[in-house]
Amino acid sequence: MALNSSDAVAGPGVGQQSTKILIAGGFGVGKTTLVETISEITPLRTEEVLTAIGADVDDLTGVERKGSTTVALDFGRITVSSDVIVYLFGTPGQDRFWFMWDELANGALGAVVLADTRRLDACFPAVDFFERRGIPFVLAVNCFDGAERYDPEEIRGAADLDPLVPVILCDVRQRESCKTVLINLLKYLIRLSTATELARNGQPVGA
Amino acid sequence: MNGGHGRDPAAIGPRAWFDEDAGPLVRPYAMTGGRTRGSEHELNIITLVLTVAVPSDVALEWERDEILRLCRTPKSVAEVAAALDLPLTVVKVLLSDLIDRGYIVSRSPVLARHLQNASFLQVVLDGIEQL
Repeated sequence: MALNSSDAVAGPGVGQQSTKILIAGGFGVGKTTLVETISEITPLRTEEVLTAIGADVDDLTGVERKGSTTVALDFGRITVSSDVIVYLFGTPGQDRFWFMWDELANGALGAVVLADTRRLDACFPAVDFFERRGIPFVLAVNCFDGAERYDPEEIRGAADLDPLVPVILCDVRQRESCKTVLINLLKYLIRLSTATELARNGQPVGA
Repeated sequence: MNGGHGRDPAAIGPRAWFDEDAGPLVRPYAMTGGRTRGSEHELNIITLVLTVAVPSDVALEWERDEILRLCRTPKSVAEVAAALDLPLTVVKVLLSDLIDRGYIVSRSPVLARHLQNASFLQVVLDGIEQL
């Protein structure tokens, strides 16, 4: 059993690399359905048992500060190339699990905040969270049957979003619609990356 | 799996010790020899792990055996945890042990500073467009 172990960088190792996109939003807004619709595997559920709360957590509203708790995460996978696997994580909808978000958000490519126009305010905590941490996100409005259709710009106004943040109407049960949401997120990330690059090179952004 | 319900410490009363949910919580840590941390391996929820060798002369416990079988193609730590129905913390310890013993190799997620790289983002975009 003479082996080259723990060689995480080169040599006989894992050829692929992973990254993650978070799917956030209020409880029951369709996060798991979105993951289910687009994932190449049947969505999985894993549990993290948390026994301590990090020191730099500032969203402790409603969180019991003692003992341990179990957080369930639903996730799916998309292999986007022979080198890259993207994991989609549905963030826990319950406010008391918010302290889990920091670990989840760390190293995320970006996020999709799912909203439901019948209770738009349910997505505000997620919007606040990503804005404060500087994690790029798109707002995807899941158009439930019977839900009144809104103009994306109206929703942007109601949610008080930055004018650059894409707002997309979607139906999370439709694969093409979920693809469109993710495509919008990636295009947005590319725009941000280009803007950052230009700013770094001292060229006017948006010129 | 209990689906993440029923372990809310706030909801646990004096009968907590007799709750059947206590069982699975005890056993995983017994399984890891009481450790809650692996050795030096930084295993993230999406770190990919791959089996590179299977012992022929040592008998492993079911969980470790199952991990080696599962990871014949790269899997994330989260996928391993879901498949074994064990908490992430426990799976990280088991995986660290298997890495130490040379059966598993790991690869860290794309670094945060590379996530804003336009050509990397383009690869992801192309992949999604082709789904």
